[in-house]
Amino acid sequence: MQRIGVFVCHCGSNIAATVDVKKVVEMARLEPGVVHAEDYQYMCSEVGQAKIAAAIHEKHLTGVVVCSCSPRMHEATFRKAAEKAGLNPYMVEIANIREHCSWIHKNIEEATEKAVILARAAIAKVNLNAPLKAGESRVTKRALVIGGGIAGIQTALDIADAGYEVDIVEKTPSIGGRMSQLDKTFPTLDCSACILTPKMVEASAHEKINIYTYSEVEKVTGFVGDFTVDIRKKARSVDMTKCTGCGVCQEKCPSKKAPSEFNRGLNNRSAIYTPFAQAIPNVPVIDREHCIKFKTGKCGLCEKVCQAGAIDYTQKDEIITEKYGAIVVATGFDTIKLDKYDEYAYSQSKDVITSLELERIMNAAGPTKGHLERLSDGKPPKNMVFIQCVGSRCSDNRGKSYCSKICCMYTAKHAMLIRDKYPDVNVTVFYIDVRTPGKNFDEFYRRAVEDYGVNYIKGQVGKVAPQPNGQLLVQGVDLIDNKQILMEADMVVLATAIEPDPSVRKIATMLTASIDTNNFLTEAHAKLRPVESPTAGVFLSGVCQGPKDIPETVAQAGAAAVKAIGLLAKDKLMTNPCTAKSDELLCNGCSQCANVCPYGAISYETKLINDHGIREERRVAVVNNALCQGCGACTVTCPSGAMDLQGFSNRQILAEVDAICR
Amino acid sequence: MKYSYYPGCTLKTKAKDLDAYARASARALGFELEEIENWQCCGGVYPLGSDEIATKLSSVRALNEAKEKGQDLVTLCSACHHVIKRVNDDMKNVEDIRTRANNYMQLDEPYAGETTVLHFLEVLRDRVGFDELKKKVVNPLTGRKIGAYYGCLLLRPSGLLEFDNPENPTIIEDFIRAIGATPVVYPYRNECCGGYISLKEKDMTKRMSTTVMDSAAGLGAEMLITACPLCMYNLKKSGSGKIPVYYFTELLAEALGVKEEAAKA
Repeated sequence: MQRIGVFVCHCGSNIAATVDVKKVVEMARLEPGVVHAEDYQYMCSEVGQAKIAAAIHEKHLTGVVVCSCSPRMHEATFRKAAEKAGLNPYMVEIANIREHCSWIHKNIEEATEKAVILARAAIAKVNLNAPLKAGESRVTKRALVIGGGIAGIQTALDIADAGYEVDIVEKTPSIGGRMSQLDKTFPTLDCSACILTPKMVEASAHEKINIYTYSEVEKVTGFVGDFTVDIRKKARSVDMTKCTGCGVCQEKCPSKKAPSEFNRGLNNRSAIYTPFAQAIPNVPVIDREHCIKFKTGKCGLCEKVCQAGAIDYTQKDEIITEKYGAIVVATGFDTIKLDKYDEYAYSQSKDVITSLELERIMNAAGPTKGHLERLSDGKPPKNMVFIQCVGSRCSDNRGKSYCSKICCMYTAKHAMLIRDKYPDVNVTVFYIDVRTPGKNFDEFYRRAVEDYGVNYIKGQVGKVAPQPNGQLLVQGVDLIDNKQILMEADMVVLATAIEPDPSVRKIATMLTASIDTNNFLTEAHAKLRPVESPTAGVFLSGVCQGPKDIPETVAQAGAAAVKAIGLLAKDKLMTNPCTAKSDELLCNGCSQCANVCPYGAISYETKLINDHGIREERRVAVVNNALCQGCGACTVTCPSGAMDLQGFSNRQILAEVDAICR
Repeated sequence: MKYSYYPGCTLKTKAKDLDAYARASARALGFELEEIENWQCCGGVYPLGSDEIATKLSSVRALNEAKEKGQDLVTLCSACHHVIKRVNDDMKNVEDIRTRANNYMQLDEPYAGETTVLHFLEVLRDRVGFDELKKKVVNPLTGRKIGAYYGCLLLRPSGLLEFDNPENPTIIEDFIRAIGATPVVYPYRNECCGGYISLKEKDMTKRMSTTVMDSAAGLGAEMLITACPLCMYNLKKSGSGKIPVYYFTELLAEALGVKEEAAKA
């Protein structure tokens, strides 16, 4: 028989205001095995923990139940306290009477009854608990960063500077990401390439960093400290060891009709290409869909002109398998598609563009060589209208419910840059709210309004109508003046909402990392663990976790790196002892458990079994405790009841159910 | 294929030809419009009041009659389509209205929005198919530049009408292509012509209709086509008069070679 102590926490008024804690103590005393019960204002405080330790010593407790907040919050705290006092930590159970009870109920009587029942269930379980011992697993001292934008680059640099090996996997032919497409950055207006390129070079030159571009993560197995990852290196058709990056192949390539991804499809590139001049690595790839050689078998011009003999049409995709201790996701974002926003005539007029497209138009290396001009007729605009929140803060199902966060600032930047370079262009911005929380951000926006004479109108646009004369008629509303507005514009720029890059869904599935309804990766705790995924060993960097600007992304990238370094610095990790265990006498070797195991932790052995005197060879399941994550899938699948989860055995769970139903 | 057909009052008076051309075209395309018995005026405006069911009953009667025949209900006039489709949605999804309407109607079997309401254009697109229609065209209207005028009633509220993309619809353009003509896409094809305020706010109506007509004409349209008798009346009366307006069924009948036959009927 266990000797159980029950400790009921008030959590200030969080629990005590809704649950009669004295009553819970009183009722707990009546439960079998309970030899001690008390309540205290803050069980997690030092005094509270000391009370638990004292009771363990004085009453010779063998088990502890803490009625408090969610085990996600303080299970570790209480287990540690019990361990210090000489108790096996797995003899401690939490009854969650805060999140599951006091926070969601109003009626004291009902909430108290529920708290008593939850306590009873935990006590019933502890009565069947047995001491468990955590094992150890090794840590592979190498990190994987998925995504080579500014988030991934910064994370990789920080991890590498701490002395650990890092691999970056980037799906496009070059690292650099979205930031490489930007012209200037707010709020300082420094050139994006000028501050990004040195970081790209540093990453590429770093002896601890290895970059796989034009590559994708294909498969992830294993667990924290010991992931095994398959990386698909897509066939570049160019030998990276031979290419000198001279660029002649791109000049001579006769197929020049492929839309340039880097310039958002505003102009075309050759079939053999590097996305932009500062690309790293400066080695082109052949886009086989547009390459004449691959389409018809004729051509081969690039091979002929390549002095280095680097062109290799026979290259095939290659799979590289590598082991990692930590994985950082830095998959970034894209702008949303605008097919549900046809009132802005994006699909009907070339002069309606997104802000990212304007970014390319303003850039000296862009499709117009940096000249601000209409894409329809190449004429310089006289009147420009910017529309904010296109697809952001959307209350219907057309767009995104969230604020994309960066648009207010980059629109102020665009407006200011245009007014500065082309003072006779009139710039009007339609907005819902101007949101500028950031260091020197509001000052930046005020400058656009006060010093640069940008016309800000609070109100939304209902329609952009292309006119027979090539102008765009913008129909909007001025909410402050309570007036309808009809104005002609030569160009309209849409501050298009951002969303996580579509590749993140597949990656999240491979990592078993959770994502929210908008496909942003979920943090382990929204406030206290913002750069960690709930999946151990997986960390989040940049916009894959939520909309961010560059300074925030870099800060978060560093934070993710620190978390990864903290993991890589350990030689060994304690493993979770709550793993599956098969009863050899009951196992009939049917393989169903192995089929459902997501971690490949179950194998089969033929063993000599002594079944109550009958000695025979049987095929039985064996669980690899290092691989098992304790998910329990095998225990519910096993038809003969041989599989059980330590710490969550069938008997324990049923005892809890019985206690609740009593 | 037989469909229950709800013509509505205007198609019996001012818009007789919209009706006649549609019936003749339907025959040529191999389906039949069976006019439901004893239909009553839909009211012309969807009654927003949620505490009054009397204004919705004529739609419910028509819908129920189609249900009893086991047929889909086809409409032609934009206003009738709008009203009947929205009332049908109420009967399907708004419990209070459904209960009270059924209490009043005392039907053998209560009506709960079972009937599918189709606009004639939807029949062409989703049942006949524009490719199939193209094959049946004997007199393609090659070279004619036509602006589709949707108006507001067919498109909005888009979640209920489910007719087409309200901001960039294509169904009438696809129809124009199917009969061999060339569609002219212009930005005001989905904006209101001001029909409902044509008596009260004459200046505004004139401005709205003129915007529609001039935008189409400016982009090269030689004519407008519509499915709505009210738009037809209003565009002709209040528009700039730069280009003529026709019912889409008239051009359909012409393309199918049944225009004369319809005119005689």
